[in-house]
Amino acid sequence: MWRACPGNRKARYVVRGEAMKKVQFNTPAIPYLLLFPQIAIVAVFFLWPAAEAVRSSFYLEDPFGFGSTFVGFDNFIDTVTSTNYARVARFTGVFTFLVTVLSLGAALLLAVKADKVLRGASSYKTLLMWVYAVAPPVAGLIGILLFDQHVGPIVKFVAMFGWHMQIGVDYYDTAFAMIIASVWKQIPVNFIFFLSGLQGISKSVQEAASIDCRSGFRRFWTVTFPLLAPTGFFLLIINITYALFDTFGIIDVVLKTEPGNNPVTLVYKVYLDGFRGNDLGGSSAQSVLLMLVVFILTIIQFRLIERRVHYT
Amino acid sequence: MRKLQISDHIVLLAGVFFMVTPVVLAFLTSTHDAVTIYRTGLQYSIGDQGLSAYETVLTRAGGFTKEVNGMVMLKNSMILGFGFAIGKIVISMLAAYAIVYFRFPAASFCFWVIFCTLLLPLEVRILPSYEIVQQLGMVNTYSGLIVPLIASATGTFFFRQFFLSVPDELLEAARIDGAGPWKFFIDILVPISKTMIAAIFIIMFVYGWNQYLWPTLITTDEGFFTLVRGIKQILQVWVGAQIPDYDQAMALAILAMLPPVLVVIVFQSWFIKGLVESDK
Repeated sequence: MWRACPGNRKARYVVRGEAMKKVQFNTPAIPYLLLFPQIAIVAVFFLWPAAEAVRSSFYLEDPFGFGSTFVGFDNFIDTVTSTNYARVARFTGVFTFLVTVLSLGAALLLAVKADKVLRGASSYKTLLMWVYAVAPPVAGLIGILLFDQHVGPIVKFVAMFGWHMQIGVDYYDTAFAMIIASVWKQIPVNFIFFLSGLQGISKSVQEAASIDCRSGFRRFWTVTFPLLAPTGFFLLIINITYALFDTFGIIDVVLKTEPGNNPVTLVYKVYLDGFRGNDLGGSSAQSVLLMLVVFILTIIQFRLIERRVHYT
Repeated sequence: MRKLQISDHIVLLAGVFFMVTPVVLAFLTSTHDAVTIYRTGLQYSIGDQGLSAYETVLTRAGGFTKEVNGMVMLKNSMILGFGFAIGKIVISMLAAYAIVYFRFPAASFCFWVIFCTLLLPLEVRILPSYEIVQQLGMVNTYSGLIVPLIASATGTFFFRQFFLSVPDELLEAARIDGAGPWKFFIDILVPISKTMIAAIFIIMFVYGWNQYLWPTLITTDEGFFTLVRGIKQILQVWVGAQIPDYDQAMALAILAMLPPVLVVIVFQSWFIKGLVESDK
């Protein structure tokens, strides 16, 4: 019986941040030598730029390069009160919500079915997960072809129902294409996690449930779904992070790098204002605001990982 | 029960259709010439052009300088994918080894410094990162392309977690036999981490290969373009063109996805292990 839960020991270590080996080396110099490359890279390419972002968010940079002036929280106030920022923030919220809900929902459905079928299970698995390896801009490129004004089959298809889709011209149509491409790209990750979560549920629990409750639908909601909840919470954070940051490539390609009047997300706006608009202070202030969002998400994520480990 | 199975298969087939069709269409379309595509839309059969669009993309010198072609981009993508994956694994294994297996005063400080990097994705600190790399003169170099991407702790955490699960008895036994820190690392820890290394290698290779924003900023010299970066170039040519080179765009898309997709499919079980256990 003592072998019943081999994961436990590992779990305990993972949960405690201060986890330590009972036996350790005591040589003074070697650990610093080992850590040096990592710490050096983190210091130069992470801490320094992060500090720089925070610093320049409090300054107004002269557009012609004649120094900068300290302006306190002006950049933040300008950012938060601008109507354009509010519009972009609203779109980002809706975009994130839809991408997360649609890709999680579709992946859960597919994972449940893939877990159930006996025939062809591994073929389905392969066919449903390989898109993980497709880069977001490549997904965007295929997306704009499918939604292309002249050649896109989707445009032709919806035209039969009277929807004259114009990607890059119509705000909502462009948003629609972005969301579909982003969901397509994200389903595999969610599918893999849900499927491995489902396969982790012990057969005896499933058998007991099928004796107690004949309705497959009810069995799913009362037994399987709660057992999957930790995976789901964890994926929720992963998906929000994905929709906020990793969709950059998709958005850039769908807009053909010319945003015009089309929808963009907050991260894309940071890039636009910083590199195209040369508004360093404003762009940095937006970065800092996003940092706060990521910070909160990460804290929630770590809380959840702790809980996730307890479940399994 | 039989009925249930059929409906399950229908749902799964619909899912497979949704995931696979776009790429199949992209491939089929790439085998036709641009004029046919422009006239009749995306293609549903193999065309008479065969793989000639791929040949064009791979060998024809393009861009403004006429220095870059698909082969160069393929090489650069390989350098980025392998360089990033290997660099990340070596650096994070060493760091994780130090944190887990050594007792030293700054251990928890170092741990938290590295931990911090999980808080900010590159996209958020992109502008200052770019400026610093520029100041260091690393624009248009492979190190400028790869090293800043390594500055995130995902790999370190992954190995830390794995090392903590290695039984203590191993180190005790090794010490009794007189093994020092280096010997223990090279002869015992690295060999038992083999599967873990393979798993994380696949994740990191795909991640490095698929980078877009950072290469876009850091490589302005066309000789350093990667395949994924090349997509932006295609789009810029596209905006003014009469008949866009649909066939070449699709060929580029297929070429850019082929290596990582193959890696993921061939090493599927390692890939899934790496993904699920690293918790990203």
